[in-house]
Order: sequence, then structure tokens, then C-alpha cells
Amino acid sequence: MLDTFANAEIARQAWPILLAGLGNTLLLSVVVVPLGLLGGLILSVTATSFHHPLVRYPLMAWVDFFRAFPPLVLLILLFAGLPFAGIQITGFACVCIAFFLNTGAYYGEILRAGIESVPSGQTEAARSTGLGRLQTMLFVVLPQAVRNVLPDLLSNTLEVVKLTSLGSVVAMPELLFQARQAQSLTYNPTPIVLAAAVYFVLLWPLVRLLSRLENRALAARK
Amino acid sequence: MAARPVVEARGIHKHFGAHHVLKGVDLVLAERELAFVIGPSGSGKSTLLRCLNRLEEPSSGSVMVDGVDMLDARTDLNHARQRVGMVFQSFNLYPHMTALGNVTLALRKVAGKSSAEADALGQSALARVGLADRAGHTPGQLSGGQQQRVAIARAIALEPRVMLFDEPTSALDPELVGSVLAVMRDLRQSGMAMVVVSHEMGFARNAADRVLFMDQGLIVEEGTPAQIFESPAQERTRAFIGQIQKH
Repeated sequence: MLDTFANAEIARQAWPILLAGLGNTLLLSVVVVPLGLLGGLILSVTATSFHHPLVRYPLMAWVDFFRAFPPLVLLILLFAGLPFAGIQITGFACVCIAFFLNTGAYYGEILRAGIESVPSGQTEAARSTGLGRLQTMLFVVLPQAVRNVLPDLLSNTLEVVKLTSLGSVVAMPELLFQARQAQSLTYNPTPIVLAAAVYFVLLWPLVRLLSRLENRALAARK
Repeated sequence: MAARPVVEARGIHKHFGAHHVLKGVDLVLAERELAFVIGPSGSGKSTLLRCLNRLEEPSSGSVMVDGVDMLDARTDLNHARQRVGMVFQSFNLYPHMTALGNVTLALRKVAGKSSAEADALGQSALARVGLADRAGHTPGQLSGGQQQRVAIARAIALEPRVMLFDEPTSALDPELVGSVLAVMRDLRQSGMAMVVVSHEMGFARNAADRVLFMDQGLIVEEGTPAQIFESPAQERTRAFIGQIQKH
């Protein structure tokens, strides 16, 4: 058993390969999370600032569409489909676009809920002192909105980091892809077990932090 | 020639859908004048106040503040709003900032002061409301009365030409009302023009130049506090004053 799933020799050989994958997973996360947040920010601020049907309905359709679209399908469609449209892009760029569309929609909904949780009196007070719409959003509403939905934002971020493993299907050499390479080279599942352990070590502090924030939010509500 | 009024609102109408909230209201406020607006809830007092700085868009009418047409599309509204301070029933302090942060935000972002200038002006505004030693506290660490005084400091720091008070003491515990009224009285003595919507009849009696009674979207009657409280001409005014004085 131990020789099959936790073979020390194979782990030693696979480690450098996994490390390269970890580097790519981290790089992907560092690019994709801010990108998704940016998309979400644009969607949520637009949705809460303009109530005109011509803005609202297209935005709602956009968000609904990309939340309902399985990210794996979206990713494969982009990777397989774009070359037919004459657009050659790397797996990395593909993952970035897919995640921008998918997680942007999720972050957008979370931030919209946060913005709507800030009482309208805050905006009125800010506007009455002469702050413009954008200034009011930036300095008064958004800081409170983000604080109100911080656990949800963090939870979504956790999901995004986990979902970067989808990059493996478009030959993006992230942690899971590298682990599978190592597995097929060694005919042994130890690299996969090792990859799972690396994911756990990477994400567990975030999970702990999330729990603490959630408990604090619950306590504050009492 | 009489001095130009600080506020000159004429023929203000406001509809909320089918609801006709203001039905042609005039309000002219002279320099250093304090106008006190009373009336039953739903009479349009707050809406009138909010039309003066265009937090509500009047359906028709004109609003001039310090000679600036507030409803003109060419008016820089954000600039004009610095001239109109507003204090709300629920304080509306920014909970994520300190008292000083609340006071200095618009000084920095709208009036374009440097951080050092804004801090100095903010400190002196806080000192004027008796809270110089609370500059570093967040709203959550302050009592309701202190919060409302910070809100007043936030407005007066911009050196407005007129201050609008929308039921400033209605959300306060009775023992905290006095401190807020004291600040308002002090402001009045300094010559600030003020429009106050409130139920503090004692304050109206000894601080107001003029009392306006509103009902159903119209100013029914206006006069000196003595006229309105002692010998109102209109039946509706008499009924309202009678009801209030029973409490």
C-alpha cells in the first residue's frame, strides 16, 4: 500500500516536476484572482449605478450566462474553438479569459450584494458633502461593501484557486497537470497524492481564516 | 436693496409616482435666518429639505442657493453642494472611518485641501462641536449625541452658506438631545442660516426666526414662533400644535 500511494523514492523524483507545477498554479492564481475581482467590480458597480433597463438586463443576462456555463466546458470551448476563428492563444491565456468570464460573474454577484447592503444614507451623506458618484462609491460604499461580504469573497477565492486545476485539460502545466505527467512516467499514483497534499497545505490557512471570519460575522450578528 | 436671500426656492412640486408630495412650496431664507419647519409626518417637510440640495430632484420649480441655480444642468452640483450642509436623522457617519476621517473626506476630495490642511480644518470643526478629544474614535465608539455632533462638524467644515437639519434629534435618547441642540444654538449665534425640520418645540420657541407649518405638501401657515404657537390663524395649525403640546 505504502509503496503504491506514498512511495518515498517516487515522491523524491516527482518533487521537482510538481514544484514547477506549483509555481504555475500560484502564477495562475495571482493573475486570475485579481482579474476576476476586476471583472466583478466592473459588473457590480455598473449594475448598482445604472438602473436603466438597457444596462440592467444585458448585465443580468451576462452574469446569469457565465454563472450557468460550466467553467470546464467554457475552457475547452475557448481552447478548441478559438483556433477555428483564426485566433491562436496559449493555454495560459485561455485559462485567464475563461476565469475572467466565469469568476468575474461570481465575484460580481457577491460584490453587488455587498454594495446593496450599505444603507442609502451613506451615499446621501457623501453626496450632500459634494462627493461625486465615483468618489462616493470608492471611498464610502465599497470599503463597507467589501467588509460586509469578506467571507463570501474569500470563499469564492478558495474555489478559484482550486479551479485552476482545470488548466490541466488545456495542457497548462499547473500542479495537477505536472502531477499526472509524473504519474504516467512512474506508473505510480504517489505524485497525485503529493499534489493533493500540496493543495491542502496551500489552501488550509485560507480555510482557517475563512472559518474565523465566518464565526466573527455570526457573532457580530447576535 | 435687500440683501440677496441665501435660499430661494419657488413653486417646488415633487411627485413620487402618482403621489404628489410637494404641491407648490416657496421657501425664502435670508442671511443669518433660522426657519423652523413643523408638520405631521408625511407632510413633505423632509422632501422639501432634500429638494434644496437636490438629493431629491424637484418635479418642477426653482431652487437658488447663494445665487447659484441648483437645478441648472450647467451648475457643478458637487461644487454647489459644499455650500449646503446637511444633517440627517440617522447621522449617516461613515462607520469605517474615524471622526476626523469623516470630517476631512470631503475637504480632501471635494475642496481639494492637502491632508495637513484638511486635518487642521477637521480638528477645528470637531472642536467647535466639543469633540476635539474624540477625533480618533470611530462612530461605533461614540454615543448617538456625539455621532450627530460629528455629523454637524462634517457639514460645517466645508463652510456652507446654509445648514439643513432633517430631524437631527429624533433618533437620540432624550438625555443626549441637549448636547446637539446646544451645538445648533451655538451655530445659530455665529450667524449660520439654517432650515430645521424637527419636533423640538422648545428650541423653535427660543431660536427660530420663523416657523413654517406644513401639511399635505403645502405650507399652511408661517410666522414668528409666538404667532404660530400662541395664536395660529389656521384651524389645521391649531389642531397640530394642540396635539404636540399634549405630550
